[in-house]
Amino acid sequence: MDKGKAVMGTGRRWAVDFSDQSTVPSSRDILDPPGFSRASPEQKAWEVAQSPFKNLMMMGFMMWMAGNTVHLFSIGITFSALWQPLSALQSVGKIFEPFKDNKVELLMPKLVFLALNLGGLALGIWKLNTLGLLPTHASDWVSSLPPPQEVEHSGGGFAFH
Amino acid sequence: MAIRFYLILVVFLLSAIVSFSLYEDQVGLMDWHQRYIGKVKHAVFHTQKTGRKRVIVSTEENVVASLDLRHGEIFWRHVLGTNDAIDGVDIALGKYVITLSSEGSLLRAWNLPDGQMVWETSLHSAQHSKSLLSVPINLKVDKDYPILVFGGGYLHAVSPIDGEVLWKKDFTAEGFEVQRVLQPLESSIIYVLGFLHSSEAVVYQIDSKSGDVVAEKSMAFPGGFSGEISSVSNDKVVVLDSTRSILVAISFVDGGISFQKTHISDLVEDSGKAEILSPLLSNMLAVKVNKRTIFVRVGGEGKLELVDSLSDETAMSDSLPVADDQVAFASVHHEGSKIHLMVKLVDDLDTVLLRESIQMDQHRGRVHKVFINNYIKTDRSNGFRALIVMEDHSLLLLQQGAIVWSREEGLASVTDVTTAELPVEKDGVSVAQVEHTLVDWLKGHVLKLKGSLLLASPEDVVAIQEMRMKSSGRSKLTRDHNGFRKLFIALTRAGKLFALHTGDGSIVWSVLLNSPACARPSGISLYQWQVPHHHAMDENPSVLVVGRCGSDSSAPGVLSFVDVYTGKEISSSDIGHSVVQVMPLPFTDSTEQRLHLIADTNGHVHLYPKTSEALSIFQREFQNVYWYNVEADNGIIRGQGMKSTCSDETADEYCFTTRELWTVVFPSESEKIISTLTRKPNEVVHTQAKVSTDQDVLYKYVSRNLLFVATVSPKGAGEIGSVTPEESALVVYLIDTITGRILHRLSHQGCQGPVHAVFSENWVVYHYFNLRAHKYEVTVVEIYDQSRAENKNVWKLVLGKHNLTAPISSYSRPEMFTKSQSYFFPQSVKTIAVTSTAKGITSKQLLIGTIGDQILALDKRFVDPRRTLNPSQAEKEEGIIPLTDSLPIIPQSYITHALKVEGLRGIVTAPAKLESTTHVFAYGVDLFYTRLAPSKTYDSLTDDFSYALLLITIVALVAAIYITWVLSEKKELSEKWR
Repeated sequence: MDKGKAVMGTGRRWAVDFSDQSTVPSSRDILDPPGFSRASPEQKAWEVAQSPFKNLMMMGFMMWMAGNTVHLFSIGITFSALWQPLSALQSVGKIFEPFKDNKVELLMPKLVFLALNLGGLALGIWKLNTLGLLPTHASDWVSSLPPPQEVEHSGGGFAFH
Repeated sequence: MAIRFYLILVVFLLSAIVSFSLYEDQVGLMDWHQRYIGKVKHAVFHTQKTGRKRVIVSTEENVVASLDLRHGEIFWRHVLGTNDAIDGVDIALGKYVITLSSEGSLLRAWNLPDGQMVWETSLHSAQHSKSLLSVPINLKVDKDYPILVFGGGYLHAVSPIDGEVLWKKDFTAEGFEVQRVLQPLESSIIYVLGFLHSSEAVVYQIDSKSGDVVAEKSMAFPGGFSGEISSVSNDKVVVLDSTRSILVAISFVDGGISFQKTHISDLVEDSGKAEILSPLLSNMLAVKVNKRTIFVRVGGEGKLELVDSLSDETAMSDSLPVADDQVAFASVHHEGSKIHLMVKLVDDLDTVLLRESIQMDQHRGRVHKVFINNYIKTDRSNGFRALIVMEDHSLLLLQQGAIVWSREEGLASVTDVTTAELPVEKDGVSVAQVEHTLVDWLKGHVLKLKGSLLLASPEDVVAIQEMRMKSSGRSKLTRDHNGFRKLFIALTRAGKLFALHTGDGSIVWSVLLNSPACARPSGISLYQWQVPHHHAMDENPSVLVVGRCGSDSSAPGVLSFVDVYTGKEISSSDIGHSVVQVMPLPFTDSTEQRLHLIADTNGHVHLYPKTSEALSIFQREFQNVYWYNVEADNGIIRGQGMKSTCSDETADEYCFTTRELWTVVFPSESEKIISTLTRKPNEVVHTQAKVSTDQDVLYKYVSRNLLFVATVSPKGAGEIGSVTPEESALVVYLIDTITGRILHRLSHQGCQGPVHAVFSENWVVYHYFNLRAHKYEVTVVEIYDQSRAENKNVWKLVLGKHNLTAPISSYSRPEMFTKSQSYFFPQSVKTIAVTSTAKGITSKQLLIGTIGDQILALDKRFVDPRRTLNPSQAEKEEGIIPLTDSLPIIPQSYITHALKVEGLRGIVTAPAKLESTTHVFAYGVDLFYTRLAPSKTYDSLTDDFSYALLLITIVALVAAIYITWVLSEKKELSEKWR
């Protein structure tokens, strides 16, 4: 409470600091309680980080099942394959919130998580492409072009009888 | 496994051939069919017996028909072939209709009540000659008089019972022309009168039993005959001499031939050239002289005397025996909007049996023909009914001073068709009368719902059908959202313009064309003159009718402008030059009047409308307007460009001269032009690219300046089978009409015309006969642009760095390649058309008018040069059909279903506003209209979509949601209290 004392000197009698300073390892040096293991949340974070991989495998299998023709089933799968990684990427922070601890190294799990989800996204885009839904061909850009105007005009034919 | 099944199902669905058949209860919902017969030539009444009164008519469209005299409906009708013109029609034995056709070489008998053919006899014919049919008036049925037919140089006696030729007599001697075959009543002698070298009258007396010549008399007439003849009685005829100023009465019964000459100038003063009119009047003849019609009585010794004279606008009927050995005839003339019908006795022209004046509600022109018939009224006096044929080809029955019925027979000879929009619905136009009230609307939908849930009773089904037939103001006279209600403007051979409503085929208006220069110009063709949509919205749209005064190609032309909304002729002008070709230009002026160029016989072109604004628009594009002529007789196609304004003194500033730029000469010994075709100028093409299965792009060569030309060897220009395969070849060309460059040439050895073709977007489909295979063939040629094929860089396309939409010129040498494929086609074809839609996105169907006068819709996918024997999976998915040697005819894809468009001559398609839908109008002797959706109606709900079911479902869902919400609330509350 040395911080508190310092404050008292400026006119306040006392103060209680409720701010949690556990995340600042240098400020305090309280030992973990007996039986508490620091490794467990980290392991869990790793598990969460690797979970998209299972999803990825699952997606891959589903995509293979769906085939390369455009119909309701394959479109649904492809869009879910695109949507899942995107929503996961948006909520990276939330997913790793429970493991937030100053003693747990979260950067690597996060990176793995991101990488796996990006892989899922790539898989989805690849699927989109195999379905022919990406405008990567010249035909996708010219198919709506109207025929060009003609400079000359002609008419005629048989004479009227 | 399930996935596999699913995949197979999808593939099957994608590649399934869609057939566009109708259900039985859908007939008449979108289509209508009208039956006509054409302009009546002969009419024979059949009213003696009790029972149905009818009139047998033969027409200029080669139709023989039996009409109900009460209502004018067709009892039965037969359309003979186009080359089978009917020469005579009569009733024999009181039960057979006898027709003589094909220049006297075909005699047929039809059963009078039902029109079934009883017998047909083909008669020997050796030369072209008059054809005469003489059916004896059979008062005694037991006596079997033969039918006498003269045609092709032979006189035949044919038994009316079975059509057997009893005897024939040869009259094919050199220079001998048979003029009349007469058989006096109750006589066994037939008189055959003819002229030898037009200067000697010869009379043969022939025994009607055996056909032997009993006697032959001849006598020379120094003045010579002109060929016009009128038989006034059984032993006398009257002819004109070669100067057409002397009437010669020839009597030939006993002793010999005697001539009695009478100068027409003795009968009427100031006479010009005379003309004998056709009506058969006993002991009298009608002569047209000096714009008057004079009646000349023939006395016992061939003495002629003038008895009456009428204006030449009078039509006369043949004479008709009425009671007490009296003979009457009818004459009809016009006066303002009234027509006057008079029936007089031939012997006593002062006795008028009937005098009627009838008000005509619309303008039908002059009376052309009259046929009369008498009946006995209840007070035992004679009543008369008259069948009249008007100048617009319409047929009217007059009786007791009124028009009992009328038939618009002009529509049997439609020559040109265009479409027009109906007026936009305005606030003042009362819609409420047509639209139902909400209760009616709901009732109707509940009925429909019942029908769709199979709950409807038979009465309900009838009510539903009735409701659908007259549903939602199909025949309203305003524009609708989907563009289903439109007008088809049809120009007929008689020079009358009709506007037909697409909803029910009713005639919205009709107008007989007038001209200041001549009484009745003949219409040639029809163009859209003014179609206001962006600017000038307050102007009414109008059509341009190009006509000419007279049948000669150098006759002066006439332009008529007709308001489409009202059907009134806005103006009609004599343009002072002839009309050879008309070219609508792709420019409009500020009031959206389309610019037109009209070429005359002197090689000059004239610009219309004649305004300075049009002139300035035209001057801007002066160098870019080209012209081409097809001279089929010489085998030459000439291309011309605009040169300068005309230098003639009479010409105005809207007249231009042309200079010849190129000619394509076909070798006359090996090729003869039989058909040319261009794309429709108003066709809309959605895209220039065609994407193949492997994402490759082919660029279509879409040009309006392409001319398809088909030529055959001169030997093969005749009928099919008249040449051996080695002698005949068919060559088709695609020619650029700006530069004269032949872009493509394809030769079919051993093939023959006639060629029927259709040209749309970048493809031509044509139909011809293959002599080697003895089958008809259809070939498709698709044209692609090679020079644009380099545009394959995606990034350039994304950034728009390409020249694909830049205007192109025919002078930039096009590199093009074609793909083609041929198929057998099992039917002979009369005409081919193609569907057209508003944006050109919907896939196309070929509309093939078959020889059976039906219209077959064939998907363009069947005539696709990319078809192969074993298409790959991807190609199948794209809809490419495996190649077969012949095109299939799927009976359900006849769009005319059970109907026939008799005498089919043309098919016109027009887009509706809804992209999926196209209007189809087919014309011949009959008219047929339907709406087609080549790729099904993907952009709208079908007519039988049940809105009530949708509404009920929504209501039920909302109710269910509310109920479950209430229940769950209750449950939650009770849970909390526990």
